[in-house]
Amino acid sequence: MAVPKPGEPVLLSGNEAMAYGALAAGARFYAGYPITPSTEIAEVMATELPRVGGKFIQMEDEIASLGAVIGASLCGLKSYTATSGPGFSLMQEHIGYAAMAEVPCVIIDVMRGGPSTGLPTKTSQSDVMQAKYGSHGDYPSIALTPSSVLECFTLTVRAFNLSEKYRAPVILLSDEIVGHMREKVVLPDPSQLEVINRAKPTVPPEWYEHYQDSVTGMSPMANFGEGYRFHVTGLTHDVYGFPTERREEIAALMEKFKNKEIHNTRDLTMVEEYFLADAKVCIFAYGSVARSAKQAVKILRRNGVRAGMLRPQIVWPFPKLPVENMLEKVSHVLVPEMNVGQLRKEVERLSCTDRAKVQGLNVLDSSFITAEQIVDRVREIRARHRHVGEYVNG
Amino acid sequence: MAEETKLLTRSADVHDWLRVKKKFPHLWCPGCGIGIVLGATLRTLEALHYDKDEVVMVSGIGCTGRIPVYVDCNTLHTTHGRALTFATGIKLARPDLKVLVFMGDGDALAIGGNHFIHAARRNIDLTAIVVNNSIYGMTGGQASPTTPLGKKATTAVYGCIEQPFDTCALAIGAGATFVARSTVYHVKHAEKMIKEGLEHKGFSVIELISNCHTYYGRINKLGEPIDMLNYMKEKSIMSGPDVTPEKMTEMGKQYLLGVLQHDTSRPELCDLYEELISREKSS
Ligand SMILES: Cc1ncc(C[n+]2csc(CCOP(=O)(O)OP(=O)(O)O)c2C)c(N)n1
Ligand code: SF4
Repeated sequence: MAVPKPGEPVLLSGNEAMAYGALAAGARFYAGYPITPSTEIAEVMATELPRVGGKFIQMEDEIASLGAVIGASLCGLKSYTATSGPGFSLMQEHIGYAAMAEVPCVIIDVMRGGPSTGLPTKTSQSDVMQAKYGSHGDYPSIALTPSSVLECFTLTVRAFNLSEKYRAPVILLSDEIVGHMREKVVLPDPSQLEVINRAKPTVPPEWYEHYQDSVTGMSPMANFGEGYRFHVTGLTHDVYGFPTERREEIAALMEKFKNKEIHNTRDLTMVEEYFLADAKVCIFAYGSVARSAKQAVKILRRNGVRAGMLRPQIVWPFPKLPVENMLEKVSHVLVPEMNVGQLRKEVERLSCTDRAKVQGLNVLDSSFITAEQIVDRVREIRARHRHVGEYVNG
Repeated sequence: MAEETKLLTRSADVHDWLRVKKKFPHLWCPGCGIGIVLGATLRTLEALHYDKDEVVMVSGIGCTGRIPVYVDCNTLHTTHGRALTFATGIKLARPDLKVLVFMGDGDALAIGGNHFIHAARRNIDLTAIVVNNSIYGMTGGQASPTTPLGKKATTAVYGCIEQPFDTCALAIGAGATFVARSTVYHVKHAEKMIKEGLEHKGFSVIELISNCHTYYGRINKLGEPIDMLNYMKEKSIMSGPDVTPEKMTEMGKQYLLGVLQHDTSRPELCDLYEELISREKSS
């Protein structure tokens, strides 16, 4: 299959849309290792990259894949890889490296059931915390969660933009359902897409600091072979990239990492609010589950329940502000997730006692969470709280 | 006189390859063979008239892994065992760059063993320099996949009972198209091997036998660095048609030096890829 023409309707799977999104963002290098349910992404790249002068390589494992991706990115190519659970675990070593060495790259994790080999063909959302804390040490984490085929395309472009801008690994957390479902989409025209490329140094090589300190956490980046001759290491380093054990230099580097999140919250917040303005019950959902959540809101509204949805498209950094605003307004929050409640706990952390009550709807048997299950749970909550006179009816 | 001036110029040129202002003194123990490897490499780069901007030095983790940081070129200190994976990405992205990869024996053959054989299989144009000191230097003298049978390490207290890898045989078996061995005693020869490896188009492995007197030497009572260098001298033999394993045993030799594999018939990966691209782009 050829790359679909922008502006024309086409039937695509989420995985294919991610691959085309990567190409549209300018990706010219892919290294990966086959794993269900992400393999289609590698297959599209193996076909398309040589046609645009890019490079595809199937590596010997996922650690090697991300190593090669980082190497290619250091030479200026927008580079990425795609995997699922077990491969995502193996990639953690180099996710930490990319964060430490500030090398832009994108990692797609099409989530499947775990732990371990788990359920290769079944969906799950159980890698959400791993996407944040999977590698050792403190480092900035950026992760996006598409919930439609079109979003697989647009959020992939966004992921590349964020990785180039922040010089950081960016994770796209898809899941088996989003990856394999097919939808009719019209891909945006390239002229309509915002594509960000890493900032180039404006100083001569002798003035260049590869890890220039900056309050925003962002700094320009030269590529290998362009005359700048800098050093890159996974060791804690100074502004030139040379290893350091000086406390003030260590602190400055860690501060820079923190600043990437702290000073860019607006840019790194991306949520969809659906009937949230007057809602009393909020369903906080992401990825494929958000599709059921939206449906559930429609059903509940039809039945006179003031329900709404808050859907993070960027889950890491966690969208603190929109969640806090939501918690001020609603009485109850339901967080349906195909895991033990990984993001529910994040919502709970922001909810003090006088704010809304947060509950989970957690499905662990590999089945998809349906709109009906969400509606039923909301009804249960309403009944229980109406009974004790707590529920603010809506 | 003329000879002397030439030598001086050469050392000044080598000096020019170092990040002298930032990075010295280096972290290696005085007398460590890794310094000899660095010197040999820089003299070779200089002899080949390489441009600093076109050279990339990649390394893994360990004492050997610290080589690139001292050199004024594009330098990348990666993760333990994975240097070849990063180098693969670099070479595919920029086939015009000269990529050297420095690894210790543990780095290349234990944690990085899988990457090592696959880089060899692919025949990607990288020059891998494996510094074999028979032990884990950086972490304080633990056994490595090249620790000889019976030799001691902090984790092989009663003597090593595992069969060691022969780095070169492994590389040849995995498909490396240029494989050579030298030692830090045979510096001039080592330079020649590095030079031939760099000039070879394809995956080159140069194993350099080195001394870690601080751990391997001390634990096994092998004496000072100079004693260990003398041991390398005594136990080495240049490869040749009449040098058989039997003959080596008979003569009490341990290290077979020289070019052990040189195959120019196999195409190189990046070349194949460029061909593929031009085919696909035109179709
Ligand atoms: C994943 C990982 N495991 C373990 C280590 C600890 N470690 C650092 S260097 C090293 C071995 C070094 O030995 P070698 O590769 O032979 O190099 P040398 O120091 O002798 O030059 C080990 C095990 C590490 N840095 N990373
Ligand atoms: S510990 Fe051994 S390998 Fe490391 S610098 Fe010292 S002598 Fe060299």
